Amino acid sequence: MAVLVDKSTRVVVQGITGKEGAFHAARCKEYGTHVVGGVTPGKGGTSHDGFAVWNTVGEAVASEGANCALIFVPPAAAADAIMEAAAGVPLVICITEGIPVADMVRAKHFVASTTSRLIGPNCPGVITPSQAKVGIMPGHIHKAGEVGVLSRSGTLTYEVVGQLSARNIGQSTCVGIGGDPVNGTSFVDVLRLFNDDAGTRAIMMIGEIGGTAEEEAAAFIKASVKKPVVGFICGQTAPPGRRMGHAGAIIAGGKGTAAEKMRALQDAGVTVVKSPADMGATVAKVIGK
Amino acid sequence: MKVHEYQAKALLREFGVAVPKGDVADTPGQAREIAQRLGGKVVVKAQIHAGGRGKGGGIKLADDPAGAERAAGQILGMMLKTPQTPPEGIKVRNVLVEEASAIDRELYLSLTLDRGRSTHVVMASPAGGMEIEEVAARTPDKILREWTHPALGLGDFQARRLAFGLGLGGEQLKQAVPLIRNLFRLYLAKDCSLVEINPLVVTQDGRVFALDAKLNFDDNALFRHKEIAELRDVNEEDPLDVEASKYSLNYIKLDGNVGCMVNGAGLAMATMDIVKLAGGEPANFLDVGGGASPEQIENAFRILSSDPGVKAVFINVFGGILRVDRLAEGIIGAVKKLGLKLPVVLRAEGTNVEQGKKMLADSGLALTMASDMADGASKAVAFAKKARE
Repeated sequence: MAVLVDKSTRVVVQGITGKEGAFHAARCKEYGTHVVGGVTPGKGGTSHDGFAVWNTVGEAVASEGANCALIFVPPAAAADAIMEAAAGVPLVICITEGIPVADMVRAKHFVASTTSRLIGPNCPGVITPSQAKVGIMPGHIHKAGEVGVLSRSGTLTYEVVGQLSARNIGQSTCVGIGGDPVNGTSFVDVLRLFNDDAGTRAIMMIGEIGGTAEEEAAAFIKASVKKPVVGFICGQTAPPGRRMGHAGAIIAGGKGTAAEKMRALQDAGVTVVKSPADMGATVAKVIGK
Repeated sequence: MKVHEYQAKALLREFGVAVPKGDVADTPGQAREIAQRLGGKVVVKAQIHAGGRGKGGGIKLADDPAGAERAAGQILGMMLKTPQTPPEGIKVRNVLVEEASAIDRELYLSLTLDRGRSTHVVMASPAGGMEIEEVAARTPDKILREWTHPALGLGDFQARRLAFGLGLGGEQLKQAVPLIRNLFRLYLAKDCSLVEINPLVVTQDGRVFALDAKLNFDDNALFRHKEIAELRDVNEEDPLDVEASKYSLNYIKLDGNVGCMVNGAGLAMATMDIVKLAGGEPANFLDVGGGASPEQIENAFRILSSDPGVKAVFINVFGGILRVDRLAEGIIGAVKKLGLKLPVVLRAEGTNVEQGKKMLADSGLALTMASDMADGASKAVAFAKKARE
């Protein structure tokens, strides 16, 4: 059992003829993901590194039954690619970093008018170990198991996965929701999926400074989540008013501090880890391993 | 990205938003000429990006052109200190000379993103001139909000609701509604992340205009606004931050002594956190990104070690896309070229890690290997403490 992606996922890669798109399409395929091909407008009918290329997402759906889009389109055209994907496939995962906020406001509104789900942008993607890797994470560090991982950050997710796998603790699915101020799927959405997933026994959540997504997650956990949750918030030492790499990671007007978020999670019964070195060990303790 | 008040007001004017008459000067003589042209009393305002200029002596009233020249002479070249500047202050290079107005009321108006609702919000308050955070904390009912529609934008009925809420009627309503509409037009057209008019004033003769203006822009959208990107004033930024931005490195200088070099923003923040937990102080935030080239690594190394505060360097890398062998190549290149003497602690995981570690071991560099994040942080902090003794 898993959430979002599994063996039935059929991925079309938008921006497959670009450097990043081509590289990661091949890595996903190597991992065992069913990558049906890619889309680059104007290059339809050609092939790229052995992958079929179409002009539109619709063509990939019609000819190969694609049911998930993985987006590497550059920032200027990425919001448009998201909307094209949302009109055609139920799951859209956008890796692109640096999309203008105003574009995402419109794209998110469009996605909400469809039945599709958007993950990201500016995220590492989604992986269900041993089934499907739809993103840029290093596949080999993962291990199939029962801990659901969700995060706003990329490499910090690899860090926690590394710590878990080293202790022989596998993951059900790992979801990166991205570090932008306007994104698709929220912490709450993924928590709901993990809570309902019979294959997930415990949840590891990694938040960061800025916004109120962690506070909303805390309220949802308190009200509805029946499984143990371990939480970590990065940016405990970040100065206010400075954007820490991610467009969304900024303490503005005294709001969005790590301390506030840690307190909210603690109040919701989450086991909050202070040091990023202790994430794996804490999950082990919580699940009695 | 931030711009100066005079640049913001030029954009406001371009979009039909009323602002006081005035012009920018970089010599006292120019300030005098502008004051002469304007006639009457003028205000001379220091142009730096930080707020709180008035209390620091950066805003002066002058009765006549000679007074304007004197005021500009005092302000230009001064190191202006406000709660928002570095402790040593920021050097003032320009002043804005504007007509002085007889003010009846000071209001507040701003536009920004509401992350919680994933759309833009227009905020207004009758308590202008104050810090909006203060107003929000003390009297939250005094802040009015109108959320724009993601596709349709801001309705005139919303602008009217705000204007009425601010107590503007009659002739002032007729000025305020287009002013709000035009501000939103500017906000969208130029991809602003913040438009703040504090204060928006009503003068004793009934005019409504933006007495001050602060514009911030979405860095991710600058690629489609060359004219805005050109307004950047690197004098206002930390020189090391400016240098880092040349190589697309995400670097923020802090005050500690442990230099941090990390891939990925989340892991970079977590690394700063663990340095602090180990009893040290991070000297910087530095994200070299997922696909950093050896050249970028080399420049990153040069920039972070040119901060004189740095006494030890902690490299913490979890290679997903970033290959550890390429990281090693960059580090070796940088250390050799710069003749670096600083102790370096390396913690690396990921693709080609064995190859990378071997390259570093063979290079003869004085490098300390760490088994994990906590080990790396405590070793780097110990080096930094030793260096201070």
